[in-house]
Amino acid sequence: MSEKVLMKGNEALAEAAMRAGCRYFFGYPITPQTELAAYMSKHMPKRDGVYLQAESEVAAINMVYGAASCGVRAMTSSSSPGVSLKTEGISYLAGADLPAVIINVQRGGPGLGSIQPSQADYWQATRAMGHGDFFLPVFAPSTVQEAADLVYEAFDVADRYRTPVVILADGMLGQMMEPVVLPPERDLADLPAKPWATSGTHGERAHNVTNSLCLDARELYEQNVERFERYAVIEREEVRAEEYLTEDADIVVVAFGAAARIARSAVNDARAAGIKAGLVRPITLWPFPAQAVRGCNAKAYLAVEMNMGQMVEDVRLAVEGAAPVAFFGRAGGVIPRPDEVLEQIAALAEGIGE
Amino acid sequence: MGRVEIDQSFCKGCGICVSVCPQSILKLDMDVITPKGYHPAVCIEQDACTGCASCATMCPDVAITVYREVRA
Amino acid sequence: MAEMECVFERPKSLLPVVTNYCPGCTHGIVERLVAECIDEFGMEGECVGVVPVGCSVMAYDFFACDMIEAAHGRAPAVATAAKLVFPDYLVFAYQGDGDLASIGMAETIHAATRGENITVIFINNAIYGMTGGQMAPTSLPHQVTQTSPYGRNPAYAGYPIRVCELLSSLDGVAYLERVSVDSPKNVRRAKKAIKRGFQNQIDKVGYSLIEVVSTCPTNWGLSPEDAFAWMRENMLPYYPLGVYKDIQADGFADAAEAATARAAACPLVNGTSGEE
Repeated sequence: MSEKVLMKGNEALAEAAMRAGCRYFFGYPITPQTELAAYMSKHMPKRDGVYLQAESEVAAINMVYGAASCGVRAMTSSSSPGVSLKTEGISYLAGADLPAVIINVQRGGPGLGSIQPSQADYWQATRAMGHGDFFLPVFAPSTVQEAADLVYEAFDVADRYRTPVVILADGMLGQMMEPVVLPPERDLADLPAKPWATSGTHGERAHNVTNSLCLDARELYEQNVERFERYAVIEREEVRAEEYLTEDADIVVVAFGAAARIARSAVNDARAAGIKAGLVRPITLWPFPAQAVRGCNAKAYLAVEMNMGQMVEDVRLAVEGAAPVAFFGRAGGVIPRPDEVLEQIAALAEGIGE
Repeated sequence: MGRVEIDQSFCKGCGICVSVCPQSILKLDMDVITPKGYHPAVCIEQDACTGCASCATMCPDVAITVYREVRA
Repeated sequence: MAEMECVFERPKSLLPVVTNYCPGCTHGIVERLVAECIDEFGMEGECVGVVPVGCSVMAYDFFACDMIEAAHGRAPAVATAAKLVFPDYLVFAYQGDGDLASIGMAETIHAATRGENITVIFINNAIYGMTGGQMAPTSLPHQVTQTSPYGRNPAYAGYPIRVCELLSSLDGVAYLERVSVDSPKNVRRAKKAIKRGFQNQIDKVGYSLIEVVSTCPTNWGLSPEDAFAWMRENMLPYYPLGVYKDIQADGFADAAEAATARAAACPLVNGTSGEE
């Protein structure tokens, strides 16, 4: 029943989103997420869905806002510079409590940057996807299979908590081909009801309003408090990480997405060299799996990222000074090599007297 | 024959109705201040109202309801 | 006592809410006309309105239909999506000049050129009202505003945008009319135009925009009556009233048919290209 197919990460993200019941995709061309939009443009019409190439990233995210308000599963995808443009709309989605999925197939930055893979938007995704007080769930797949599974699930998480959700992928994952078992096609009739949606009163109820404006300071404060109560539930229920060889590990590497693939090789090499290394791979970047990291009780930690050191700050917050936290990263589209990571692990091992 | 009803809770005393009434029977009531702080429009001669609804057509606050005599 | 009948009352689609508008502001007239049209089509229950950022930002509280408050300038993008989700609903965007013709110009032009079956109500009063009277994209040359205290100097502030004229060249557009609401007669004309815009949606003719040349007594520093006079004297010569595009009057069923006819010489457009 579940067939295994060979797909690019970008295409798997698109196909799984449609299988999750997404019938409204609004995009704007940008490398390296191009195949995602192209796949949507080819396959949405076959599902009676909408692919619309917007005039800008700004327009695209606001189309997502409109569609989400009307109660349907809607999505947009882009890469780093384009995501920056979307942040206005993402803040409005958060402020209006609208569910939607935003995919960022990251490239090197800042500015126009490169078109090579990067993880330089970690801070943006986990801290500042727009102005105002808000968080949103951020999923970081590290395989094509996981990309498909997480985008599929992202729509449910978005609906459950009435929040936009980000899939933080990167150019490497978007472009690579791997075998993937695609999730089953969701029956649109079985998707969660949205009584709050602006789907027409039909003369049967008072009007629904989608809105992020609130001029009463006390009321807006209370809205913020309510939203953060929801965030607390997300932090409790949705936090996710994979632990690999961490049980007896002296050195724990923390890495996500494509960097975690490299880190895993380095951990294997370290083990082969007699170093007790392990890996914590955050699958949700917000909420950050602080417990999983801290719980390792490692003698030293190493954050490996494809940037100048962003997640490392969350690792330090998690470890709370209980052990040294080192960083190794490459930025701008340069991908760290396993042997470089191994070198760092070995140096740390030496430092703790192994 | 017509009649106008002006809802003072909506009227902001802008005076547009006063200026467009062809019968010149509307004015701002300077003796009254509404809870929002406006001098509301009043009809000073209901008998002269033709029910043309020019006032209501121009009222930005939809404060005016207009009635007209049913012709036999 | 003669029997009396009600000949004018608040439309059902307009909630009995005191608006945030200043005394004499024409927003209230135009919103009432929109509500009257919704009532006359009997589509309050199948209607989604999109409101802008500006003085009419809180109009979501005034209409009885479902409402969406959009980010500044993005109402056409939001309305595009709403119409895609509900192709048979009435979907309208209600926007001011700063929202539509400045920050939201890209969204305006592209919704128009895509021929979205939406109706845009455009309030042009040549000023940013909500923020206290700054220069707008439609402020007239030499018009004094808070941010053009010596008058809008075209030498560095450029010229106003005539939105109907600008959009009239786009193929997706079915209907453009510029109206005003400064007299009972013009109010009736404006209503007819708005109703036509809604009818075009129902008939899926293409994009419609109704521009209402309006006033801002507060920020112009004039009484409502004097504001109308200033508008007639200064704005109407710059923004003449009238129909700027009517695809059906031109003999076409819809904007798509007109667009194809306009590009008749292009083989790709008229389906005669290639020898497959």
